Amino acid sequence: MTENDKASSRPTVADRSSSAAIAVDHLVKVYKQTRAVDDISFSLPRGSITGLLGGNGAGKTTTIATIMGLVLPTSGRVQVLGYRMPEESASVLGRMNFESPYVDMPMRLTVRQNLTVFGKLYAVENLAGRIAELADDLDLTDFIDRANGKLSAGQKTRVALAKALINHPELLLLDEPTASLDPDTADWVRGHLERYRKANNATILLASHNMLEVERLCDRVIIMKRGRIEDDDAPEAIMARYNRTTLEEVFLDVARGRVNGAKEAAR
Amino acid sequence: MSEISLHRGISMHRIGAMILRYWYLLMSSWPRLLELLYWPALQVITWGFLQLYIAQNANFFARAGGTLIGAVILWDILFRGQLGFSISFLEEMWARNLGNLMMSPLKPIEFLLSLMIMSLIRLAIGVIPMTLLALFLFHFNVYALGVPLIAFFCNLIFTSWSVGIFVSGLVLRNGLGAESIVWTLMFAIMPLACVYYPVSVLPVWLQYVAWALPPTYVFEGMRALLIENTFRTDLMLSALAINVVLLVASFGAFLALLRSARKQGSLLSGGE
Repeated sequence: MTENDKASSRPTVADRSSSAAIAVDHLVKVYKQTRAVDDISFSLPRGSITGLLGGNGAGKTTTIATIMGLVLPTSGRVQVLGYRMPEESASVLGRMNFESPYVDMPMRLTVRQNLTVFGKLYAVENLAGRIAELADDLDLTDFIDRANGKLSAGQKTRVALAKALINHPELLLLDEPTASLDPDTADWVRGHLERYRKANNATILLASHNMLEVERLCDRVIIMKRGRIEDDDAPEAIMARYNRTTLEEVFLDVARGRVNGAKEAAR
Repeated sequence: MSEISLHRGISMHRIGAMILRYWYLLMSSWPRLLELLYWPALQVITWGFLQLYIAQNANFFARAGGTLIGAVILWDILFRGQLGFSISFLEEMWARNLGNLMMSPLKPIEFLLSLMIMSLIRLAIGVIPMTLLALFLFHFNVYALGVPLIAFFCNLIFTSWSVGIFVSGLVLRNGLGAESIVWTLMFAIMPLACVYYPVSVLPVWLQYVAWALPPTYVFEGMRALLIENTFRTDLMLSALAINVVLLVASFGAFLALLRSARKQGSLLSGGE
């Protein structure tokens, strides 16, 4: 391939702005003997909310970590907002954000200090105003000057969500975003995510074990099992295919290997 | 992946954010502040009294006044400089915050630069009171060394950063199971760097190893200054040349270990 060929194959600014929010192409990740992700491909359009479902060890976290550039793929290709991860991550990390139970925020820093540090890392303009806005939206005001380590699990989850939203991300990756929240607060957070998506045309990829949450929020569901994609469609279409009325029942069918039987019954 | 591509366009804003993060932490924890002062003060008091005793009983040391206490202060610059760098890094591992940072626009070079600046801040908090103690208790004024002190300091801090960068890479790659290396690696260098005795004391074959370490030149230079009143610029330039090689090598090692951590998926876990 000549230099001219290479230049012409590079995506242009217009290509990138119209590209999928996330494009995963034949992704494989092998840790020593374990094939954590086994040749998966999917593409998420901008402005969509997609649920990534699967039991423990299904490969959800590895998939999300690879999209974030924290894990190098063994083979295959991942593009985020038109940029290859992790090679071009510097161009895109400021436009995305994430929340995961696998990371914490510094415990000794107050909520305000934590949000200040992350806001500066993301070069957020009018940071004090943005923190006040998030404190108001996510009901953090009462404990904004308390150390993060002294908060309840639910309060920490809301602070982590505030950090994930601090830079107005175009792409939000969420791993169990409502874990440890009481039903009322969890419902309120879901509402907030829906409003955020609509207001900003943001793309959200959500890994969750809460099937009601996925049914309510997601316009598409990807079900993973043993590193592979078992199914990928709108929640209603998947439930119809398995002849089930809830995603939880579908999840149990997939987890317990009753997939073929359920599909047969549906036919 | 080309990690180097991630280092273009260094942002002082992001480096400032990281320094703010460590400053908040330091100011929120009095045990952390006390620890910075405690060990250097203990060192200088112990070795200062030892030097007083020797000076009263040996003509050579009476003539070479200050070599022991000077060595203690310079050694602490080297050791505390590395600890100041590495502990700020470990704070991220202990707080399970590394994933947040690696997923942010913060670049590896910015992260390392902020750790270097924090090592200077932590060093200032610990070592300046130590030098004042040496002045008031033992009448040893390290600042009277003048310009040579700047050369000694720069060479020692460069070495401490090289060791800090390499060790942080090891912890990044291997998790907190490798934490003990942070605390112990510098002590492996100590006997070879000839902190308290001249290089000529070592067997000839070991002297070659000693001269590969920049601190050896600094401690020899300090003795030349205090005993012979001679500032050996040749020693300082040799140390600087080796330090440049070490800094480049440690940065390369850090990037290789970061890449390996991404392969292993250890950036998300960071555990044992």
